[in-house]
Amino acid sequence: MTGDPNAFHIALALVLNLDAALFDIVGLSLRVSLTAVTLAALIGLPMGAALVLWAFPGRGGVIVLLNALMGLPPVVAGLGVYLLLSRAGPLGQFGLLFTPSAMVVAQMLLILPIIAALTRQQVEELHGEYRDQLQSLGVSRLRMMPTLLWDARFGLITVLLAGFGRASAEVGAVMIVGGNIEGVTRVMTTAIVLETSKGNLPLALGLGLVLLGLVTLINAGAYLVGEFARRRLG
Amino acid sequence: MHARVRPFAPLPALCLLSLALPPLAAADDSITLASTTSTENSGLFGELLPAFKAATGIQVNVVAVGTGQAFELARRGDADSLLVHDTAGEEAFVAEGYGTERADVMTNDFVIIGPGTDPARIRDAGTVADALSRIAEAEAPFASRGDDSGTHRAEQRLWESAGVMPGGEWYRELGSGMGPTLNTAAAMDAYTLADRATWVAFENPQNLELLFEGDEALFNQYGSILISAERHPHLQHDLAEQWHAWLISEAGQQAIADYTVNGQQLFFPNAAE
Repeated sequence: MTGDPNAFHIALALVLNLDAALFDIVGLSLRVSLTAVTLAALIGLPMGAALVLWAFPGRGGVIVLLNALMGLPPVVAGLGVYLLLSRAGPLGQFGLLFTPSAMVVAQMLLILPIIAALTRQQVEELHGEYRDQLQSLGVSRLRMMPTLLWDARFGLITVLLAGFGRASAEVGAVMIVGGNIEGVTRVMTTAIVLETSKGNLPLALGLGLVLLGLVTLINAGAYLVGEFARRRLG
Repeated sequence: MHARVRPFAPLPALCLLSLALPPLAAADDSITLASTTSTENSGLFGELLPAFKAATGIQVNVVAVGTGQAFELARRGDADSLLVHDTAGEEAFVAEGYGTERADVMTNDFVIIGPGTDPARIRDAGTVADALSRIAEAEAPFASRGDDSGTHRAEQRLWESAGVMPGGEWYRELGSGMGPTLNTAAAMDAYTLADRATWVAFENPQNLELLFEGDEALFNQYGSILISAERHPHLQHDLAEQWHAWLISEAGQQAIADYTVNGQQLFFPNAAE
């Protein structure tokens, strides 16, 4: 079925007809995944750098744990967030279950380990080069962190894109905590699951192509920004 | 060292696009309805919900899951209302004190789907028990939902009444929803039990055909349940009551009867007068 030419026609028609329902779904997918990446970056970038700069007992364990959590199955993250946000759960009174906020939390949980672990790796390489120089200048570790992150920025864009890719592609977590409610929490991946379960395989594949195109556009944008900055700032 | 300290600079611009999220909580005049994949996949809600919203202004957000999961959602207080098809389970739900009222809403029926070649020759079976016995005897592949859904529970009751303990190589428990089960059955030329609504709306039948229907034992009753305000005082009980009342009102029942796919009526309203 993957060679079905109908899927391309459907994907093209969906985009060219400016299908309103599709745009709502695409918009929500982007909002949820980009927010999750932003929040995960705000925590994960400093966390990854801190793991390089500060030695503490158990650091090796934390690094192994982060690396292992990169493989956290989305459906497990979803179930965990569901149990937290359910009315019977500890954060139930906020009524966040089956809202996009719940989806952001679940995706953030999924990609935080990726961003933190890969940031640590990027920063560690730089730190090896810079350490003597920074130390001789008497720069404190806290001041080293932004310098290292900034100088690792081109590698870190790829790290953030990896996080975004995982967030926008996963379905298991957002299905459980979002509920795939039409017009409220339906995103690209859950719409694809729904159309597949209706047996409407060409439309499901067409939606998949739209998602792939969108992710490609975002990656191309990030690549161009990176190239431009590289040339300007050297 | 060409760069000075710029703490937030590494965040690419693309991430900043999304920082401002509008308020995300559901609107005040909306309820969350836990229901089954069969009602969602058949397209019935596409007919009912706009009609209900036009009448009352209330938006119904449907979370379509298996009946087992729907009960669990409601038990935990995550749904304002329930519309499912497992009468025994529904009565137990009310008896346990989670539900305060249960009403018949509509019926459809289960059918046995299988490959057009019909290796177990169930087309001329007299009863559904007979048809299932023939499948078991022929050890023809049978795809079971295996997900504790209303359809799965009905299937287990039907095997029991046929006096067959299904098991072995030919009996495959998939653990998936109705649509995915039909997709899998189509790919492995297996028999399966499906609700008629999902089957008629299903668009990927390949070699599958409707092979057996019409036995009274295949009757499938849908019920609406009001959830206890005592157990879950935070729910939208007033709105849920309006939805429940509308479903069994003349207008709701008419909207159910009016829904057709390919000219075929899929759900038959049967609320008590």
